[in-house]
Amino acid sequence: MTEASDAVVVSDLVVRYDRTVALDGASVTVRFGEALGIVGPNGSGKSTLLKTIAGLLQPASGSVNVLGMPPKRLPPGTIAYVPQIEAVDWSFPASVWDVVAMGRFPRLRFWTTFSRADRAAVEHALVSVGMANLRDRHISQLSGGQQQRVFVARAIAQEPRLLLLDEPTTGVDAATEESLRVLVRSLVDAGLPVLMTTHDLDRVEQWFDKLLVLDRRVLAYGTPNEVVESGSYASIREHAHTHRHMRT
Amino acid sequence: MIDALLAPFQYEFMQRAFVAALAVGLLCSTMGTYVVLRKLSFIGDGIAHASFAGIVIAYLRGVDYYVGAAIVAVVTALGIGFVHRRGRISLDTTIGVLFTGAFALGVFLMSRQKNYAVDLQSFLFGDILGVGANDLWLILGLGIAVGIATIVLFRGLLYTSFDPVVADASGLHSGRIEYALLVMLALTIIVALQSVGIVLVAALLVTPAAAAYQLTSRFAPMMALAAALGVTSTVGGLYLSYFLRGSSGATIVLLATVIFFGALGIKQVRTFSARRA
Repeated sequence: MTEASDAVVVSDLVVRYDRTVALDGASVTVRFGEALGIVGPNGSGKSTLLKTIAGLLQPASGSVNVLGMPPKRLPPGTIAYVPQIEAVDWSFPASVWDVVAMGRFPRLRFWTTFSRADRAAVEHALVSVGMANLRDRHISQLSGGQQQRVFVARAIAQEPRLLLLDEPTTGVDAATEESLRVLVRSLVDAGLPVLMTTHDLDRVEQWFDKLLVLDRRVLAYGTPNEVVESGSYASIREHAHTHRHMRT
Repeated sequence: MIDALLAPFQYEFMQRAFVAALAVGLLCSTMGTYVVLRKLSFIGDGIAHASFAGIVIAYLRGVDYYVGAAIVAVVTALGIGFVHRRGRISLDTTIGVLFTGAFALGVFLMSRQKNYAVDLQSFLFGDILGVGANDLWLILGLGIAVGIATIVLFRGLLYTSFDPVVADASGLHSGRIEYALLVMLALTIIVALQSVGIVLVAALLVTPAAAAYQLTSRFAPMMALAAALGVTSTVGGLYLSYFLRGSSGATIVLLATVIFFGALGIKQVRTFSARRA
């Protein structure tokens, strides 16, 4: 049963790319004011789950409900999705400010001007990720960590009711990661539901209220402590460490 | 001296040609900003060639060429969008398949005609001096329609050009915006057909915007500069062609090309001096 406190309800979700099954019967519920961490090996369907909740992919069967309805029927601006930074062309003619301002676009009609409130939201988002002093910089002149923070700021400027983050800690330095964690926790404490995929299995208990271990199916789900004790986490953990070694 | 410089403007057909050049230059280079940033350079060429089939069909049916070309151009543009999204085929492959198919249909239909009298040469290479009063109204009408669509969709087009996936997730419907852009491009190409022709239309969609991209680092200035360079190319090229006694379409494109290399040179000098500083 869906309850009023449930922000995201995923039931028996199956997603296919042509004949490849990316998700095979996944179910999970995320409440308001709850951060869900999604871990699993490469190709386990972590990003697929986020994209389906964002309405970017269609389920082959099963259902996704966000705030009680399918994602594509939500009003513009409801869902903010933060992709991996490789997803765009950073030579695009835009400053840091320009990209963060795009977060306001879904709510604006073509005849409405970019108001003082919109500017304030962009400014607030830039300050919250520590990028206010780089607002006029061209986006091609940013480091990977700064690009990641611009994407997060754009999502915050959108003032969404659901935040989806796809591996935001990959390739960022420890200081950026910690400031991102503090920021995400403050948003969650303010009531925002957050779903985030990660490769980084250290400190999951400081990031998330709930943890989902995914390998096309849900292997484990619960509080980080419960999942660690269940044992299914250990094999993933080993797997992730092997991957990290292979990368370096 | 002044009389000599103003000589091109004394003929009515030249006056019409200059108005057409202004409209075409403005429209193509504004839309070209999206073409360059979304890496759709191939699409202008593709839709323009496809519209050839429409011209031949219109000729066979005794309908206005513009109507035939416009219908086939819009259908091809929507087809490109559909096959690309549904078939998971890359955009350049989709364009390559659809435009050669439509172009071949045009050639096939034409080749079956025994006595064939239409001046297709003028559609391949353009004849801006042949723009009649009715053509001019059509150019201005379509141009205004595309201009209004650009204003209405400005933010959506900008966001989806940079990051279509996130724009879509936030509720902006990237797919619909892409279809709208393809239709706007098809109409722009129809407007440009008469002045620069099928072969050269791609150049007007790409070159001024590519030149502006070298000199600016933000979107709105890039679009404004592209429009200015586009109008300079079309109006300036037409003016020069009068004195050089060369083909107007070719002169327009050559001027645009010269401007592009000038912009590239300025960028190189800027980068060089920035490194030394």
